[in-house]
Amino acid sequence: MNNKLKTLAKGIIDVSPLMIPVVPFGIIYGVIGMDLGIGPYMTLGLSIIIFGGASQIVLLQLFSGGASSLVILSSVGAVNSRHVLYGAVLSEHLSNLKLSWKIILSYVMTDQAFAVSNNYFKKNNKDKNYHYHLLGSGFTCWTIWQISTILGIVLGSVVPEELGLSFTISLTFLALLIGDFRKFKNIIVMLVSGIVATIGYNTIPFKAYIIVAALSALIVALLLTLIDLKKK
Amino acid sequence: MHWSLIIYAGIITFVTRFSMIFLLKKDILNDRAKKILSFVPAAIFPAIIFPPIFLNSAGSLDLEGNPQILAAIFAIIIGYFSKNIIATIFAGLISYWLLIFFYF
Repeated sequence: MNNKLKTLAKGIIDVSPLMIPVVPFGIIYGVIGMDLGIGPYMTLGLSIIIFGGASQIVLLQLFSGGASSLVILSSVGAVNSRHVLYGAVLSEHLSNLKLSWKIILSYVMTDQAFAVSNNYFKKNNKDKNYHYHLLGSGFTCWTIWQISTILGIVLGSVVPEELGLSFTISLTFLALLIGDFRKFKNIIVMLVSGIVATIGYNTIPFKAYIIVAALSALIVALLLTLIDLKKK
Repeated sequence: MHWSLIIYAGIITFVTRFSMIFLLKKDILNDRAKKILSFVPAAIFPAIIFPPIFLNSAGSLDLEGNPQILAAIFAIIIGYFSKNIIATIFAGLISYWLLIFFYF
């Protein structure tokens, strides 16, 4: 097998275990899309055009709450801001690639693909075709996400509303935070965000509660980090 | 919903992923900036999680006899000990179903 295919296969294999929770998340997303009545084409269209679970769910939630486009789009931007970090970290490895490669790899860069490929880049900086690793991990995420979205669309017309599947949105995001449950500072940041959003849900105009809550929580995170630095 | 909204949201998502890869030659973010960016999920996800759990359909605080709060607490306990994403989701969902079936 040539080296490019080998690296591509390595990317696929490395990211596979992380795909297990993506399947139920994608199914839930598909079911919710159908539940809100945007239809199968738009539900799948969001998965292809946006290709980001958290952004898609925020968009649906705010849309069904009657938020304006401006608020929806800035909330999507806020949810995505973590990708700036991923891009900055990866730029060192990807800077010599052609523009077309940068575009393709940016489109498929998810939390999971970033996690495994960044790890690979750090350990294998002599591999000339290292970017094929991110191509493999990224397109694995992409394929799994589209298939599970379609499964959700099919199930969406069958699953009864009484099962409270909208509650699974909250549960899915909660599950994505389990890595933070043991860190004291992160718990404070999470509580600030949640409490501000709950109080602000009705009081902050234009449904901008997600942005306001996230900014308040990030300011608290900044203060906590600065206090920490002074101690050292 | 209009397709234009979806396309704009797609562009925003792409730009956040592409911008740094396009602009930077090497990693220029300092450790402090990275530390703060690492808080982004903790700063944003609770804003999505909390309101539907704690508020009723009329938008007022619903703390008494709310099965979602109990189920979420149960999911947090399972998540804390198992560190497993799927176990956390199913713990919350199954306890929620049991609660609405037997108590509420």
